[in-house]
Amino acid sequence: MSDHDGWFAGLDPSDSEVAIERIRAGGAEKPRDWPALAVEAGFVTDDEDYYDRLHEATVAAAREQVRERERADDRQLVHAVRAMDDSRRTANELAERVAEWAGSRYDDAGTGVEYARELAAEDPEEDGTDSPDDPAAERLHAVAARTADLADEADELERFVETAAHDVAPNLAAMAGPVLAARLISLAGGLDDLAKMPSSTVQVLGAEDALFAHLRGNAPSPKHGVIYTHEYVRGTPEEERGSAARAVAGKLTIAARVDHYSGERRPELDAELDERIRTIRQRGADE
Amino acid sequence: MTLPDGVERRGFDGTERLATRGEPVYGEPTDGEWRAWNPHRSKLGAMLELGLDTGLAGGENVLYLGAAAGTTVSHVADFAGPTYAVEFAARPMRDLLDASESRPRLFPLLADARSPEEYAHVVEPVDVIVQDVATRGQATVATTNARFLREDGRLLMAVKARSEDVTRDPEAVFADALDELREAYEILDTERLTPYHDDHLGVVARPLSEP
Repeated sequence: MSDHDGWFAGLDPSDSEVAIERIRAGGAEKPRDWPALAVEAGFVTDDEDYYDRLHEATVAAAREQVRERERADDRQLVHAVRAMDDSRRTANELAERVAEWAGSRYDDAGTGVEYARELAAEDPEEDGTDSPDDPAAERLHAVAARTADLADEADELERFVETAAHDVAPNLAAMAGPVLAARLISLAGGLDDLAKMPSSTVQVLGAEDALFAHLRGNAPSPKHGVIYTHEYVRGTPEEERGSAARAVAGKLTIAARVDHYSGERRPELDAELDERIRTIRQRGADE
Repeated sequence: MTLPDGVERRGFDGTERLATRGEPVYGEPTDGEWRAWNPHRSKLGAMLELGLDTGLAGGENVLYLGAAAGTTVSHVADFAGPTYAVEFAARPMRDLLDASESRPRLFPLLADARSPEEYAHVVEPVDVIVQDVATRGQATVATTNARFLREDGRLLMAVKARSEDVTRDPEAVFADALDELREAYEILDTERLTPYHDDHLGVVARPLSEP
């Protein structure tokens, strides 16, 4: 074994498959003079040889990753974002339970997922408040540990959603942020469903209760659904928020269509929305 | 200010334009083996065009963050030494791969520039970091990647005000970004990139020496 984390550590120079895997899955805290270390280790004869191999391995690794990620489909994204929301909600519920339970036993009991994490990290027998082999304390600490795990999984799922959303819908993810993009796709039922929706529907996705109350005639029409979480909607003063929601929904709809029908990234779409929101907020500020 | 070796001003259809030598990448005009570098499509191109003192001499090792489809990084690889190109999204990486095919010292890395430990096992310490990731938190990306920069290296970036907050005064956004950069860098030069890019601030910085 080598004393460093370089991608070529302990690698057989003729094994290009493992080289690709190392480029993809490896990691290190800090960069080092890898070309020199590779020469020193006898992996390559000189710098030029090193760079030739590195080029071959990085191009092959990136090509492989691109192929895999472009196969990523919107169904996987939908499942992941729903699982993320479920995990987070459940972690919060369990954290409340842990806080309630711990409050009955310890004076310094806290609240929330953070407290569950603290409790999970403690050894129930060592902090002195619990008698050895107290079965209730053991169960409480175990539930706290599950809570922390679930919260960790929610974070992992969010990281996955961030990557997958950029692959499935690059324009929508760039404009809406990956998590909101995934929620919109999830609410619509898929990217192709979202791409076929009028922007007035996209505007109120996630506000179905309010929408149907309005259609029954006993409520005002909702101005926004889940797109409320978009900074351009939430951060716009209330009197202009309807206009902002309409503008955001309009551009997000176009982004979803570009993603579904062409898949090309078009940064100018973001700029158009930026400009439109600037105008709307300016109008609000001038009045 | 002098241009780095390998970058020249040459005439294309009667207009003097920046150019580098290499295979064309995005349909840019060519003249023999030279191809025009469009400052309207490239923040670094605009910085050179406007005469910022980038410290680039040609032949440096470069870490390019946010390489996208390779428009700018292909020019960089034309005049620089080994060039590591980090891009997070799969679609533009496909085009970047095409640009890498004809450039044996351009190394494409599909990774998240916000997580340097995902590529530190491949990227060596470099002379230049180009920070071209234009999502919110542009300064953070630059500071978390400072570990790659040699003591006498340079950070080159363009802060895009609209990526941080479209409603704030760009000057205020730039001031905040520079404050954050100062946690890891000493700012050497700044200049607005108009007329090529609205509400962008070009920044040249060098790493703070280790305490």
